[in-house]
Formats: sequence, C-alpha cells, structure tokens
Amino acid sequence: MGALMPLVRSVRNIGHHLVEAVWRLGYATRFFALILLNSGLSFRRFHLIIRELFFSGVMSLIIILVAGLFVGVVLGLQGYETLKSYGSESSLGQLVALSLVRELGPVLAALLFASRAGSAMTAEIGLMKATEQVAAMEMMAVNPIARVVAPRFWAGVISMPLLAAMFSVMGVFGGYLVGVVFIGVDEGSFWSQMQFSVDFQHDILNGVLKSFVFGVAITVIALFEGYDAPATAEGVSGATTRTVVQSSVVILLLDVVLTAIMFRGI
Amino acid sequence: MSSQPLVEIRDVNFTYDTRAVLKGINMTFHKGKVIAIMGGSGCGKTTLFRLIGGALKPTKGEIKIDGQVMHELDQKGLYAMRRKMGVLFQFGALFTDMSVYDNVAFQMREHTDLPEEMIHDLVMMKLNAVGLRGTHALMPAELSGGMARRVALARTVALDPMLILYDEPFAGLDPISLTAVGSSIRSLNNALGATSVVVTHDVQESLKIVDYIYFIADGVIVAEGTPEEILASDKPFVHQFVHGEMDGPVPFQYPSRDYKLDLGVNT
Repeated sequence: MGALMPLVRSVRNIGHHLVEAVWRLGYATRFFALILLNSGLSFRRFHLIIRELFFSGVMSLIIILVAGLFVGVVLGLQGYETLKSYGSESSLGQLVALSLVRELGPVLAALLFASRAGSAMTAEIGLMKATEQVAAMEMMAVNPIARVVAPRFWAGVISMPLLAAMFSVMGVFGGYLVGVVFIGVDEGSFWSQMQFSVDFQHDILNGVLKSFVFGVAITVIALFEGYDAPATAEGVSGATTRTVVQSSVVILLLDVVLTAIMFRGI
Repeated sequence: MSSQPLVEIRDVNFTYDTRAVLKGINMTFHKGKVIAIMGGSGCGKTTLFRLIGGALKPTKGEIKIDGQVMHELDQKGLYAMRRKMGVLFQFGALFTDMSVYDNVAFQMREHTDLPEEMIHDLVMMKLNAVGLRGTHALMPAELSGGMARRVALARTVALDPMLILYDEPFAGLDPISLTAVGSSIRSLNNALGATSVVVTHDVQESLKIVDYIYFIADGVIVAEGTPEEILASDKPFVHQFVHGEMDGPVPFQYPSRDYKLDLGVNT
C-alpha cells in the first residue's frame, strides 16, 4: 500500500483540481447570469457604458491600429511571394481581405484586447475589492455588479467588434501599401478582386459575430477573475495573469469551433 | 442610557467553520449615543461590525436595527436598511477613479433625484463639516491618509444616516488627524442626531468622544461601561488594555511548549 501512496496522492490532486475547476466554471456562469440580470441600470444610465467604452475601446485603438497595419503589411509581402509563383498576384487583395476579415482581424484583435483591456479590467476590479471599494458600495446599498461590472461588460462587448473591424481595415490598408504602392500590383485588380470575393454576410458578418463572441468571453473572464481575486497583491497579479492566459486559450478554442460551424468547406 | 434603543444585539453567536468567533453577545445601542467596541486584534470585533452591517448572518441570535431583524431581510430590505446607515471603512475606501466631490455626491446621485445644483450645495456642506471644502476637485490619490479618512467621513454621512458604523477610524493617523477625525465623529453624530458605533482599539482617543464602551475578548463581552467607569475599572483585562501593559490576562507569549525543549536544553 505504501508504494501506491504517491499514485493515490496524484489521483487525489487531479480530482481536487478538476472539482475546483468545475466549481469555478459554475461560479463564472452564475456571475455571467448576474451581469445580464443587472444590466438594466447600464442602459438606463448609458453614460456609465460610454465612460467604459473610452477606457476599454478608445484606449485600445492605437495598439489595434498599429498591429493591424503591420499584420496587413506582412500578409501583403508573404501573400505576394506565394501568389507570384502561381502567376496570380492580382488576387493579393482577395487573399489579404479574406484572411483579415474571416480570421486574423477577429482573432488578433481579441488577443490584443484581452492583453490590453481585459488585464486592465481585472486589475482595476481586483484592486477595488482589495481596497474595500466594492464592500463600501455594497454598504451604500449600491449593487456593485450593476454599477461597476455590467457597464464594463457591455463596453467590452460593444467595442470588441468595432476594434476587430478597424484592425481589418488597417490590415487591408497595409496590404495595399506594400502590394500596390511598393511592389506594384495592379491597383484595379487589387480592389476589384477583393470586392468580388468578399461576401458581406458570409465573410464580414461572420467575422463580426466571431468578434462579438470573443468580446463576451474576454470580458466575462476578465471581470470574473477581478471580482474573484484574493484581496492581496499576489491575488490581483495572479488574477491578471489568469485573465490573459485563459482569454487567449478560450479565443483560440472558440475560433476553431466557430470556424468549423461557419466555413465548413463552403 | 435611557433613550430609545436603535440597535439590539441579542445572544449573537458566530462561527467560522468550526471556530467560535462570537459567543453570546448582548448589546444595546441607544439613539444619539456614540458607542465604542474595543478589544485586541482577532477578538471578533470586526466580525461583529460586519454582522451589524448585514454583511454576515449570525449562527445564532439576532441583530435588530430600528425594529427589523437584519438576517431576516431580503436583498431589497437589506439595501433599504443600508440607505439609513453609513459605514466608514478602515482606510476610507474612497473610489479612486472619482474626485473628492464625486465621492461625496455618489450616494446622492445613486439614491435620490436631487438636481445637480442642490447636490453641489450638499456636497460642499458635508465637506465643510469635515474641514475639507477646499479639496473638492482633488483625486483621492492626492490626499493624505488623514484627509482621505475625513473625506470618507463626509461621504459616510452624505444621506444623513441614522446609524453610522466606523471600522478602526483612528488606525494609522498622525495626532492632528486623529483629533480631527475624533471630534468630527462626535460633532457629526450630535448634529445628525444619529447613533455611532466605533470599532477600535485606540483607547485614549475613544475615551474622549464616546458615551459607552464594550470590551470584547475571545468572543465574549468582558467589560462594559461609561468612559469614567472603564477608567476606574479594576478588572485585570480592562486595566491591561487601557494602560497598554505588555503582559497580563492577555499574555505576551503565544501559547507554546516548554522553552527549554525548543532550545534543545536537557534538564
């Protein structure tokens, strides 16, 4: 029996972590339901959402625009090199636009949003808890989920698709810059191929839907981690790290699922 | 203490897991009085504070505020009760993303339909009462610890509460701020006709401003009385606490096994 003890301990540890993970998932789901139930105030006093839109959306603009431009430039360069070998450089516009609108725009913008705005949300709410600001609000008969959490949730959900769209627009501009302006791909075929192949409903709306789902996932993870963070410096820093790691994994996982549903060989 | 009771604590017990924190606490807080709850660290006074605020439910017994049993209230009832209460947290708990003005105006905007001009006048009056009208445009990070505590005090009384709870209001303050906060607690209580409960271990400052004192040790009330009675008390615990003696009924040494055994000395 003694020799089996390490094995028993490992199985017990795995079980313990699994049970804890299920508990946390349950808490997070309940937290999400509470956010939805307490969203009325946010819409009655829309200025609360506007304020958070500035912090999570507008303040993320620079990193999104710069990253979008660079990704578009790289796509243009790599795409041109590959298409050249098939003699179809004129399809560069199509390649750049579809890659960005369907995949890279929503996914990369979401990853950047999780790192920039998600981590900030977690740290802010975690520190509000650690400094008893959340408890103070409760004692003032103000529901912190309605007053603090819900406006941030809706701001994240609204800003995510907009940021993804801006990422894609900057990416297309980057592809145009490197493909048409610097390499010399025909401008007419660059734009017409793009216009011909990008379908509004199938490509653009699906991309928007993806970024909306990512927005919900990131903000729920970020807000839950902040709200659930232990009231210590280590607790808040650990929660911030978990937000970025979990959001990134969830974004990629959801992307696989959504892509499989939206684009199965059509 | 002959006036009408506002808070009645009857046989309150509270247990964390299996550890009994409070054991059969009975207290009565009368209207218009300032009451201190004192005791060493970990004696259960913060738990009692949270029970009075409705943040915790007693394992046994009841806390009645203004005739209503706190743990029987649903969230709506609890929030309605909390609108009549003010709570000052240990380090103020000011909202760091709002200015001093917005902090004091917070509850007025959340719970009333007052026009902004009236809120402005009320905020200025509250800040004037704590001597900090000039700080209205500052952010909490720009205030000293004592000033932040006084702004938090102005926010606590924003809606003229009938019951004000103070959690360690004197912790970490310089002597000038200490006196300022102490006298503000007394003067605001008198001006509002409220009842104040101060959870603290600052004996000297509390004795100057309170009407009645409860001493808690190991989850039970070990002494109670007016400041004069407490100062004259010959109970060993009260004597040790009031005079800040290092050793006594509360021992200096944490319980441990024989010292010689720990040093490895054979006798």
